[in-house]
Amino acid sequence: MIDSIRGENLLSLDELSREAIVEVLDTAEAFVEVNQRAIKKVPALKGRVVASLFFEESTRTRLSFETAAKRLSADVLSLAVASSSMKKGESLRDTIATVDALGIDAVVMRHQSSGAALQVSRYVPHVRVINGGDGLHQHPTQGLLDAFTIRQVLAERRGTTGVESGSELFEGLHVLIVGDVRHSRVARSDIAAYVALGAEVRIAAPGTLLPECVAQWPVGVARDFDEAIEWADVLGLLRLQRERGSGSFVPTLGEFTATHGLTVERARRIKSDALIMHPGPMNRGIEIDSLVADSSAAVIERQVHNGVPIRMAVLYLSVAGSTEGQGS
Amino acid sequence: MEERSLRDAIARDPTFVPRSQLLSADDVSRAVRRMAHEVVEHSKDIDQVVIIGLQIGGVAFAQRLASVLAEITGHQIRCGQLDVAFYRDDLARNPAPRPAATLIDCDLTDQTVVLVDDVLFTGRTVRAALNALTDWGRPRAVQLAVMVDRGHRELPIRPDFVGKNLPTSRGEAIVATLDGVWIGTKVAP
Repeated sequence: MIDSIRGENLLSLDELSREAIVEVLDTAEAFVEVNQRAIKKVPALKGRVVASLFFEESTRTRLSFETAAKRLSADVLSLAVASSSMKKGESLRDTIATVDALGIDAVVMRHQSSGAALQVSRYVPHVRVINGGDGLHQHPTQGLLDAFTIRQVLAERRGTTGVESGSELFEGLHVLIVGDVRHSRVARSDIAAYVALGAEVRIAAPGTLLPECVAQWPVGVARDFDEAIEWADVLGLLRLQRERGSGSFVPTLGEFTATHGLTVERARRIKSDALIMHPGPMNRGIEIDSLVADSSAAVIERQVHNGVPIRMAVLYLSVAGSTEGQGS
Repeated sequence: MEERSLRDAIARDPTFVPRSQLLSADDVSRAVRRMAHEVVEHSKDIDQVVIIGLQIGGVAFAQRLASVLAEITGHQIRCGQLDVAFYRDDLARNPAPRPAATLIDCDLTDQTVVLVDDVLFTGRTVRAALNALTDWGRPRAVQLAVMVDRGHRELPIRPDFVGKNLPTSRGEAIVATLDGVWIGTKVAP
């Protein structure tokens, strides 16, 4: 267990203690304030170089990581994999070695293979590695920003602040994660964060989209979505990942929507103060009805909004506190 | 009460071992009042003055200074707080400090900013604060008020208003709160 990510890699939320997660959330509060200033830039990572290596396509994660690094005054090296030598067959190891040779302090990476970030952290032990999503394994900053969003909304409702409440607001909170859990690294990171913070987590998915080793997960499995929907304080929806073949795990998309989509009818039955979350990009009309996605219970836009402060906090803690990457 | 604020200070910095109390709460209160009068003397227009406390120790002093100023002048005094964690020059040498809240809700252009801190030591925190302030505009002047000046400056920075000058050795440590000032030593954790 890691009790603080200061000077450490961020590869998975499974290895973070409650203290480490709360530290990131509290640090992110300070960056929310920075992002409200007229000049949204602080010199914390001045002179540091952050490489952004996305071997898999991404809009919000990549943009918000790069924005975060720039607002910390770091220099950003961005590798467009589609037009890089990876296309000529260069291996991951050689690509990392090449980027490292330019002198970098941190790598933010996304890769289609689970464990790729861990592998890279072994290739370049002197560089901090931040996992921006690896295969079906983890997407730690998404888990952190989802926890941050929940804490922010609940703290506002109780008239307190996130920093003051620590992890208190998660105590006994009912979180229901619905949909394609099998192919979702977001679900794995969300669950790790929520459970570490003290929430009670259940998952609901068609049998074929449940992970194989679900019995070992620290979560309950709801018999069906409709039964659990009234229990939930937070509904975490997941994207049906058709590019990972999840289309073939359900008979038809229509059937998935009928059993596990958050339709208008189902949305009427959720608790009046329940939150609806989705990591994006949404398949409107499949896992979530368009009207529900745009309703007041949905905090989806806020999740996107919180991406920058959370990633600033992660980069700040992980990179500013480390001296190894400095050439001196 | 004095015991409690000392305990809070030790909770923030567990390496501090107090030796003796140098100023009482009354002494501190009188010093802040005197500094408030000096601030009034030095400012042409009190409505242009913004008091900014440096996190964490300076915030309570800034709030007290602002309320005494309001009492003396009968004017509403603007008061904010600033955390300089992201502007420090020792970020690469120490673990990243955990930031505290920054709250400055006005443009500082053409204002007179009075930075307030509890203890002035090397001057590096003030250097970081001067850097940070430029992100809120271009103040007409920046002044510095500290409860305790303990010497050992590493930068060309001097305070405009001082509660108490306390010559110390480098190995010593000072805790200054509204409830009193203590001297002691730092022990390795």
